[in-house]
Amino acid sequence: MMKDLAMHIMDIVQNSISAGATLIQVSINESAKDDTYLLTITDNGKGIPAEMIEKVTDPFVTSRTTRKVGLGLPLLKQHADSTGGSLKLESKEGSGTVVIATFGLTHFDRQPLGDIAGTMVLLAAANLKIRFVYEHTTPDGEYRFDTDEVNEMLEGMSISEASVMRFLKEMINENLKEIKISG
Amino acid sequence: MGQVKSLADLRKIKEDLQGKMSLRENSNNPESLVQIRVAMATCGIASGAKQVMEFFIEEFDKRNIQAVVTQTGCMGYCFAEPTIEVTLPGQAPVVFGYVDTKKADDIIEKYVKNGELVDGIIPVNYETIEKK
Ligand SMILES: Nc1ncnc2c1ncn2[C@@H]1O[C@H](COP(=O)(O)OP(=O)(O)O)[C@@H](O)[C@H]1O
Ligand code: FES
Ligand SMILES: [Mg+2]
Repeated sequence: MMKDLAMHIMDIVQNSISAGATLIQVSINESAKDDTYLLTITDNGKGIPAEMIEKVTDPFVTSRTTRKVGLGLPLLKQHADSTGGSLKLESKEGSGTVVIATFGLTHFDRQPLGDIAGTMVLLAAANLKIRFVYEHTTPDGEYRFDTDEVNEMLEGMSISEASVMRFLKEMINENLKEIKISG
Repeated sequence: MGQVKSLADLRKIKEDLQGKMSLRENSNNPESLVQIRVAMATCGIASGAKQVMEFFIEEFDKRNIQAVVTQTGCMGYCFAEPTIEVTLPGQAPVVFGYVDTKKADDIIEKYVKNGELVDGIIPVNYETIEKK
């Protein structure tokens, strides 16, 4: 269903958007030493009620009314588990949610990252009022993309302009290559 | 050249754009623009909604059509993802299902440019599974 991590990220971030978040932070941390690949998605949305939090990784839990079963979090959990990792959720009603997925860095079943640059840029362009931060750390270094900084440079011009989007995508890809991210 | 791009390089892109923007007519009035909303729920994402959204943004730019492309959450049409909602200026929104890049191209050339209908329209009062 989800072919790569970027697709999962696109989907999990939708939960944050639905929860009314104004700041959404996606972090990836690769550790060769521990052989782990850590994905963290943090938002300042409305949070998940305590009685619901243990249940949301169960495919039969959703607060949506258009479909009876939830899907996004269980799919991510299944993927993380299959690589020897895990999925954890931390949330406080009224202040936000953190989704922490751990994968085995070199595990055969870990899907590739995919088009993370395009995903972050598209999210930013389609949700102009939300601040998105993307951080990626590898043994070779660290890269950070923050739409607040982009908007400061753009001085009123929109991130959603096609040429701005093209540029940002290339910029992120080049910087990720510099820190030698894993596929 | 050979340098890794940084945000400082955005200035050039911005200046080029400013030149073009002053030539655009409708940019101050979103009501007069074509509006597209792509459904970005789990079902949509799994079936290629991102590619479809990128296609619209790129092609509107290339074909010089002023449009606003945004996303929505689940519209409830799991069976027909990816789905999009197209609103032409002054008209009621129309929902199209099973949109791949080929269908998207048809929608731009026929519906957006000439108002001709293309296959795959979902009646907006279609019963979503919730109502059954
Ligand atoms: N970041 C979040 N903030 C608030 N609620 C959330 C968040 N992530 C998930 N939820 C809750 O968990 C439910 C299940 O999420 P998910 O597995 O993605 O399925 P779906 O989004 O299709 O309902 C959501 O319906 C929502 O109620
Ligand atoms: S749940 Fe399938 S499209 Fe919304
Ligand atoms: Mg979801």
